[in-house]
Amino acid sequence: MTDVVLDGVSKWYGNVVAVNDVTMTLGPGVTGLLGPNGAGKTTVLHMMAGFLAPSRGAVTVGDVPAWRNPSVYERLGLVSEREAVHDFLTAREFLEVSARLHKLPDPSAAAQRALELVEMTDAQNRRIGTYSKGMRQRTRVAAALVHDPQVLLLDEPFNGMDPRQRLHMMDLLHNLGASGRTILFSSHILEEVEQVSGTVQVIVAGRLAASGDYRAIRRLMSNRPHVFAVHSTDDRRLAVALIGQPSVTGVEIDKAGLTVRAGDYGSFTRALPKIALAEGIRVRRLLPSDESLESVFSYLVEA
Amino acid sequence: MVTQTITWITARGLFGRRRFLLLLPLPLLVIGLAVLSRGFGVAPEHWGEPVLVGLGLAVVLPVIALIAGTGVLGSEIDDGTIVHILTKPLPRSQIVLPKLAVATAATAVSVAVPLYVAGVLADSVGLGLALAAAGTVGALAYSALFLALSLVTRRPVLLGLVYVLVWEGLLGNFVSGTRVLSIQQYVITIADKIAPTPLLEAKVSLPVALVMSALFTVGFTALAIDRLRSFSVAGETS
Repeated sequence: MTDVVLDGVSKWYGNVVAVNDVTMTLGPGVTGLLGPNGAGKTTVLHMMAGFLAPSRGAVTVGDVPAWRNPSVYERLGLVSEREAVHDFLTAREFLEVSARLHKLPDPSAAAQRALELVEMTDAQNRRIGTYSKGMRQRTRVAAALVHDPQVLLLDEPFNGMDPRQRLHMMDLLHNLGASGRTILFSSHILEEVEQVSGTVQVIVAGRLAASGDYRAIRRLMSNRPHVFAVHSTDDRRLAVALIGQPSVTGVEIDKAGLTVRAGDYGSFTRALPKIALAEGIRVRRLLPSDESLESVFSYLVEA
Repeated sequence: MVTQTITWITARGLFGRRRFLLLLPLPLLVIGLAVLSRGFGVAPEHWGEPVLVGLGLAVVLPVIALIAGTGVLGSEIDDGTIVHILTKPLPRSQIVLPKLAVATAATAVSVAVPLYVAGVLADSVGLGLALAAAGTVGALAYSALFLALSLVTRRPVLLGLVYVLVWEGLLGNFVSGTRVLSIQQYVITIADKIAPTPLLEAKVSLPVALVMSALFTVGFTALAIDRLRSFSVAGETS
């Protein structure tokens, strides 16, 4: 098992603080590193990958420091956000170069295995310069996986992928995590993180705002109103009835239906059917619209 | 295997770029001028010094070394492909040394050939060989300097040009002390000591030239290795 540990890590540029006193431990499995653009996700990833020195604190990968220590790359793979690849090579050549630089005993077999893993065997003999964005991305992921690393760091891996490629990549990360590897990927898109990983590290303005299972984080924030999307046969009349309920703190009405804010999850969900029955309104849809990461996230940003 | 792989990918990156082709005219110009002067029967004392030193050693050698030396690593830093090479468990010397070798070889070949031809036409095979040998020493020292520059500054070409044009070109003529830190002067001295002719004028002593060339090479190579060890990729800029 190879853990990635950040212990009291800060990074500043002049008097701009990019990362502020972050402590986290990444164990086996998939972890999502979530935050808005400019929150410091890439800075954190680069410190883990040995491409930035922490201004304070320590970053270790399996108990050895990441900075100025090329030996960490024996068990660490990085897929950076920048797309740059040696355009003049084919994917096959690029993978074999990577395998040789890792001093693998059988570069050709390692390249083949990595290309199969990302489903890039069909185009492997075309120059990378001719690839689409998604194909380049998969080629770069293959290169990061060529030495079968224990730790894989990916910066915005789903950018530029079509839905099918995205799904495939999610599957791949999921399988890698399930097989005991430590996978961390950053994203500013909440659905991605939600679908791939249950464990989330949320970074907002350089600080670790939340960490752990996102559903557990959500439950901790019980003082926050729950939001439901409701659609019924008569939204306006239902709104009038709902606002009379003590458990309801607000109702908004628009073309799509009602957005109801409830202070107490239990009493609202028990009250709604009774009201609907009494008023003779049929409820067509009831969605707890904030059980997504989006709401956790925006709540943390606001706090 | 690692050395070969880095050499191969560096060479492909360097020769695959168009800007390297732009350098072909410079060596051809040296040869062309020498052939023309010789063809029209101009005495070597009238054209030898400007073509061999003024153009060959003071312009062609440093400019080609500048393109090659900043190109082998600098272009990969610019486009970000360096990350693929750095995320490998390799001592950084194993990355810097093959790249230095490629830059030196590319420069030495593109410079030694025209210098040899022009030297033969101006004086003798002896001068041709002396210029080619000294040019190769210069190619190594310049390449090490420019390769290190590509790691310490974002504008290695600009800084390299300042060194070549201002330090060596301008100050070297007026302030004699700067010659001790001028690769161009080492090259002239080495060539002149191998094959003494009135065409070349050594301004520093041979031991100084040899020791300083070695110091430039070793020092800047060590600097490049150390800088690459601490290579930082900037975080989100937005």
